[in-house]
Amino acid sequence: MTIEDLRELAEKERDRQSQFTHRVLYCSSAGCVSSGCDAVKESLKKTLDETGLSKKCEMVGTGCLGLCGEGPLVLVLPDPTLYQHVDAETARRIVVEHVAEGKKVADHALDLNSPFFSSQKKIVLENMGRINAESIEEYIAADGYEALGRALTELQPEEVIAEIRKSGLRGRGGAGYPTGLKWDIVRKGKSDQKYVVCNADEGDPGAFMDRSVLEGDPHRVLEGMAIAGYAVGASQGYIYVRAEYPLAIDRLRLAIKQAEKLGLLGNRILESQFNFRIDLRIGAGAFVCGEETALLRSVMGRRGRPRPRPPYPSEKGLWDKPTLINNVETFANICPIINNGGEWFAGIGTPKSAGTKVFALAGNIRNTGLVEVPMGIPLRKIIFDIGGGTPEGTEFKAAQTGGPSGGCIPKEHLDLPVDYEALATVGSIMGSGGMIVMDSTASMVDVAKYFMEFCMDESCGKCIPCRVGTKHIYLLLEKIKNGEGTEEDFTLLQELCTMVKETSLCGLGQSAPNPVLSTIRFFRDEYTRLLKESPAFAANGGNGHAHATAGKEA
Amino acid sequence: MTPIPQNKPHPSGDNRFKLLDRAITKHQANGDALIEILHAAQGIFGFLEHDLLIYISRALRLPPSRVYGVATFYHFFRMKPSGEHVFVLCTGTACYVKGAAEIQKAVEHQCGCKFGETTKDGKISLVSARCVGSCGLAPVAVLDNTVAGKLTPEESAKRVAHWQAEKKEVPA
Repeated sequence: MTIEDLRELAEKERDRQSQFTHRVLYCSSAGCVSSGCDAVKESLKKTLDETGLSKKCEMVGTGCLGLCGEGPLVLVLPDPTLYQHVDAETARRIVVEHVAEGKKVADHALDLNSPFFSSQKKIVLENMGRINAESIEEYIAADGYEALGRALTELQPEEVIAEIRKSGLRGRGGAGYPTGLKWDIVRKGKSDQKYVVCNADEGDPGAFMDRSVLEGDPHRVLEGMAIAGYAVGASQGYIYVRAEYPLAIDRLRLAIKQAEKLGLLGNRILESQFNFRIDLRIGAGAFVCGEETALLRSVMGRRGRPRPRPPYPSEKGLWDKPTLINNVETFANICPIINNGGEWFAGIGTPKSAGTKVFALAGNIRNTGLVEVPMGIPLRKIIFDIGGGTPEGTEFKAAQTGGPSGGCIPKEHLDLPVDYEALATVGSIMGSGGMIVMDSTASMVDVAKYFMEFCMDESCGKCIPCRVGTKHIYLLLEKIKNGEGTEEDFTLLQELCTMVKETSLCGLGQSAPNPVLSTIRFFRDEYTRLLKESPAFAANGGNGHAHATAGKEA
Repeated sequence: MTPIPQNKPHPSGDNRFKLLDRAITKHQANGDALIEILHAAQGIFGFLEHDLLIYISRALRLPPSRVYGVATFYHFFRMKPSGEHVFVLCTGTACYVKGAAEIQKAVEHQCGCKFGETTKDGKISLVSARCVGSCGLAPVAVLDNTVAGKLTPEESAKRVAHWQAEKKEVPA
């Protein structure tokens, strides 16, 4: 297939779609699958067949439509109308009333002008709710593989990298390393073989952005990886995906097969000299494998244990060859940058953090689901405008970003712009994009203990500060939580946190104390209150007084 | 390179080894594909017995310590058979905030065993998962591979009770 054939295929698919007056898109991502979208699908199909509308109206299983908490969701096009809480009966009404008679099913329709939708800017998620997640033709009709075609026919690898550098794209896995720079290092490495690896081991509890992208738009990730392969000179790619995401694995398998069949992956892609294969590697449930050196060892079939850096994977990675590792969302940003130019991308967001970020909103918040916002947007806007705030009768207390490596952001800092640097100033991190909202009922000591238990369990055991340190931090937190903590314990806790942070081998240990440190920083009074309740405090009378005042200062 | 998997049937006469051999051949008996092969083995046999791990280590020409080390490092691999029904409770942050702990208590009480264990009659296994990625529907559990969202402690206990009430199927 040449690029002309590709464009012809796109045209043909658009013609096919234009035969239909309506498109009914039902969300087929994991969230809506568990809310019962299969019954919706059956009912839609049955009603379309019965009413003889199946020639006029096409039904399509699409990617995540965003509002996971209100699913199953159904979108009707043209004149976009989004329906929530759709069951078999509502699905029938959508066909009979909306498609056939043009009357909207008002009691289930969502207001698309509400801030949840209007405050978002979709780049990574642009195909969600537009295309069939399992059809490569629909992806191609939405300008899919156009960026790869352009890169292969019009751009030199250096020019591709220059474009990425111009865009200012930074790694979306959380650390924010400039993507173009990383690509450049791998490109310059001298080796007969290089690799491209996609980190889809979304281990942060409370994050599901990568899962939704892989389920809803797998080809975009494949295309981004192929462009990366061309730019850095690699011919083999791996996607390391969690075993906990069976639907994403199925969709990726299907997408790779489809792309290989059309000559968009494999040998001589689009009849150029470029070869690129992608294989899947299924994770087996180890949080530490999100760390890049641990991930590489896992791809090679070993225990996922990190090693010191340097050498970085971009110099010595898989089988000691230069290896490019990027996150799913980073790869998903590549095609729009190649299509629209680096300058366009750099114009979105803030000067230092360009583009958009996808967040998974969950916890005690009205609108749970997947949202994409330009960088630099205030946290308040995400939580209160888009998320709708906490449910009635409860009060916002903290937002947790960055999972077990991040921190809790309190009310005072709600006007903080969301970008890599600003979040770091309050002791949290951008992370991969999980955002959990907690209301006044949450005990912050308990939250810190929850995350420490997680890190303790997930520590690989290689280095002592992490293996032993997390355990002792956990025990101290438990003691304090049970009201048995002494002032010495509290001091020791803080010393231990600093020690683990400064001396651990990899990111897991270095960031494990973050939730504890950030809750101590912003919710110190909760700790001191528990300390005061302890019998040890009563026995030790005046000692606690100085402590209580110290708490107020913070 | 010599293809290791024997063409001879496994001495036990268990045909499942044929399927496993096929998976091993697919990866050219390459030790780097150990995790893929363990996935395949668990898919075929349900769990990873010691004998099975030794079989794999021979086929891939890896020391048994390496195979055992990898199998025990990852949470996903089971070394014991699981119950007839499996209740996987998500313990991710969103589920935690939404009260997964209450569900845990209710289910443990109903089953009389803790998470990470299987009931004495081998009927129900209780497993906790890190995050199943359906945070929008928290709290979430996966009951026999079907995700159930927005669970309550009562509802969870009821579902488990339903399993307990089932009569054991007698193989014909």
